[in-house]
Amino acid sequence: MAEYLRRMPDGGEVFRRTTTVWSLLKLDPWLLGGLLVLAGFGLTVLNSAVDGSSAAIQRQSVYLMIGFFGMLVAAQIPVYRYARLAPWMYLVGMVALIAVLFIGVGAKGAQRWLSLSGFRFQPSEIMKLAVPLTVAWYLAKRSLPPNPKYVGATLILMGLPAVLIFLQPDLGTAILVAASGFFVLFLAGLSWRYILTAIAAVLALIWPLWSFVMKDYQRQRVLTLLDPESDRLGAGWNIIQSKTAIGSGGWSGKGYMQGTQTLLDFLPESHTDFIIAVLAEEYGLQGVLWLVLLYLFICLRGFWISYNAQSTYGRLVGASITLTFFVYVFVNMGMVAGILPVVGVPLPLVSAGGTSIVTLLAGFGILMAISQDKRQVN
Amino acid sequence: MNKVGGQVTVGSWRFRLCLVLLVALALILVGRLAMLQVLDVEQGQQFLQDQGDARTVRYAQIPAHRGAILDRNGQPLAVSTPVLTLSLNPQQFDISNLDALARLLEISPKELRQRFQQYQDRQFMYVKKQVTPEFAAPVLASGMSGITAQRDYKRFYPAADLTAQLIGLTGDSDTGLSGLELAFDEVLSGTPGRKKYIKDRSGKAVRDIGIESTASDGHDVRLSIDLRLQYVQYRALQSVVAKSNAQAASAITIDSHTGEVLAVSNYPSFNPNDRSTFSANAARNRVFVDQYEPGSTLKALTAVAALETGRYTADTVFDTSPGWMVVQGKTFKDPVNYGELSLAGVLAKSSQIGTTKMALDIGRDSLLPVLQRFGVGQPLGTGFPGETSGMLPQQSRWSDIEQATLAFGYGVTVSPAQLASFYGAIANYGRLQPLTLLANAAENLPPAQPVTTPAIAAELRSMLGSVTAKGGTGLLANVPGFSVAGKTGTVHKTGASGYDRTRYIAWFAGMAPAENPRFVTVVMVNEPKGESVGGGAIAAPVFADMTAAMLRILGESPTQQSSVIQLAVAKSDQSEEATDG
Repeated sequence: MAEYLRRMPDGGEVFRRTTTVWSLLKLDPWLLGGLLVLAGFGLTVLNSAVDGSSAAIQRQSVYLMIGFFGMLVAAQIPVYRYARLAPWMYLVGMVALIAVLFIGVGAKGAQRWLSLSGFRFQPSEIMKLAVPLTVAWYLAKRSLPPNPKYVGATLILMGLPAVLIFLQPDLGTAILVAASGFFVLFLAGLSWRYILTAIAAVLALIWPLWSFVMKDYQRQRVLTLLDPESDRLGAGWNIIQSKTAIGSGGWSGKGYMQGTQTLLDFLPESHTDFIIAVLAEEYGLQGVLWLVLLYLFICLRGFWISYNAQSTYGRLVGASITLTFFVYVFVNMGMVAGILPVVGVPLPLVSAGGTSIVTLLAGFGILMAISQDKRQVN
Repeated sequence: MNKVGGQVTVGSWRFRLCLVLLVALALILVGRLAMLQVLDVEQGQQFLQDQGDARTVRYAQIPAHRGAILDRNGQPLAVSTPVLTLSLNPQQFDISNLDALARLLEISPKELRQRFQQYQDRQFMYVKKQVTPEFAAPVLASGMSGITAQRDYKRFYPAADLTAQLIGLTGDSDTGLSGLELAFDEVLSGTPGRKKYIKDRSGKAVRDIGIESTASDGHDVRLSIDLRLQYVQYRALQSVVAKSNAQAASAITIDSHTGEVLAVSNYPSFNPNDRSTFSANAARNRVFVDQYEPGSTLKALTAVAALETGRYTADTVFDTSPGWMVVQGKTFKDPVNYGELSLAGVLAKSSQIGTTKMALDIGRDSLLPVLQRFGVGQPLGTGFPGETSGMLPQQSRWSDIEQATLAFGYGVTVSPAQLASFYGAIANYGRLQPLTLLANAAENLPPAQPVTTPAIAAELRSMLGSVTAKGGTGLLANVPGFSVAGKTGTVHKTGASGYDRTRYIAWFAGMAPAENPRFVTVVMVNEPKGESVGGGAIAAPVFADMTAAMLRILGESPTQQSSVIQLAVAKSDQSEEATDG
């Protein structure tokens, strides 16, 4: 392509208007590059976290390949089709979520999976995409900013699945799903009056929520966050261990596969939700900074794509996907670093885990479709 | 703002707000991580690093190899071999593995389960101590979690029951508990080293990260003991205990010229390699730690005191008729009326009457200093743990009865080792060589104490020679081809109400060859049963057996024609002897 560019008399202009490999594949090269680097980096860290277990690495690689293929497929679908598909996807997701409550299978005290002829999947993952797509579909047709009626309808649209997921219970995903819907609402011009009222209402609700709604383990998580030392061997264990692992890394880290806290089983879940501790211990703060920069780069690119989207629908969906991705990162890192409650959110594309990788990459596929959208219009 | 919803401008300031928030949150995250990782704040990097080390870095002792205990010829008497001690952490151990573990270690599953339940809430319990590395290998290879193996050394005693009481035992941490293991513990044990290592959560050592100090091994200790003599002695004791149905027997052989203890035995014994055979009774090294009344064997020192007054010679005659006498209302008797006896005859026949007369004549002021000079009532100073010093009544006045009984060895106690030391001084020309258990004694001998004149010592030796001659009580002590000198002793044991008429201790203290005696042996048989229970009948033959074998082993050339005939005669005369105590 470089050869091709050099032959162009006025590279930039011509490039934009000409059919390229990227516009053919309907992919955004910057976003794809960032994601590929992130996936490679993630595999490297995971390899250390699972102590070189090739089975775990193979499984993660397979999920990544499925994910990137899914992204390629998602990118081919024109944006307007997503708007049409969204409500159906949402309906299927809701049915599945209700089904989970009754016939779901689970692990560690939560009932999160549906098992269809041997294939297990998490319906809540569908909702991570279905909610922003549906909310955006609903709002993009209205005049913005939305009036109270639409706001109410939107809140129900995003609230129902969030509550269902919360009941599984899966607090982390519930927050992510609700957040993805809220971002659409916010960007669509939700009035500050509503936002402030909502904040006031939430503050007022804290006490009844705390006393009647929250389960013991959720309360415990909040308490643990406030004072992890209070339950060293139980609730506080993971946070103390992860902080210890992070602190042990220092600036330059202990070296690849040399982390003592993480490799020697002191830190549970070191290959899933707490994988950042492995990175911090082995690569030190500089490794963490590179990772944060990579995430920031992906987010900023996603933002740029959304900002330049040709349709309101594209803008809302793109920005919501990007922001939700960032919430993933922030909640996970904040949790491991001990400034947020432990809510069980994986570090995107780095933590071991199947469905979330596929959903995340499918989301980026939608972003890429949005990035190509304007060129079709032009 | 975006009221009319020009599609391009919708929420554009909200976009920017999101962007700013996003970057701000990222900065907060980075700041938090930096605080944990590189800033030296409270609960910051330094604290967390220390916390990390507290979880993983451990120090372990590198056990020092305990020195061996050798006999004078380098034969091992106690050596350390590497073993493993298996322990487990009940918090991490999977209880379903318990039976498999018991099977691998050949312990009863029931017992192991019981102990496991007892230690359930703890972090540590021993599974099996001191097993060979080969034995432990399948357990360690099984991958059961929570099992750890501690490198250790186990003490092994090649001479087993032969030297059990002398060598003593070590405890769990390879420290001396008793006997010479305890006495020389500092020399033997060395200094353990220290190493730094990383452990994982189950406590397994993952890798070493440095040695802080290396272990310096303990030193070997070479004893004066000769294992060959030890064997001879032990077998002789074993057979006399069996033959005479005695409670126990002890013996000691010393080299009177150097003070070296060549052999020390006690029977019954136990096998120190199998502690189930242990009994406190069998573990006592009675030669050093127990005190007994020496009975007639002490008459040798009474004779020295008499000779030292200058008023007595070997030929001084005592009239022991009629074979009994009364001192302050107490009657002393000889077995038969010996009539007139020379001083040598008094020793040879072990006459109570003769000794009493002599003792009453020379008095306390002549006898006590001699006993003190020879070391009665004073510690030997061999360093053997629990060594007794015996007991010598030292009050300023003795009654006549005390005077007499002391002279023939009652009311005073000595250990068999002390008695050997006294006879050693007589053998060594009146010079008392302090006893030692170490082999290097020959090079740096402590100064010998002159306790009597060489002339008196020589005169006494010849008198003791007559004890083993025809007509003496110790005839059975004779060794074919050698001349021996010595003294018998038969002592009533004390019971609940004074001296017991039926229980005895049989003594023989002797030296060989009589011309230039070097090896002194004391034999003590505790409570022999049967028709003849005296020192001459029971202890003297043991002395003869031992001495014959020992002289042969040590390569002494015979000085006499065979005295087999002499012995045959002696046996027929033996019926004369009864209790001479």
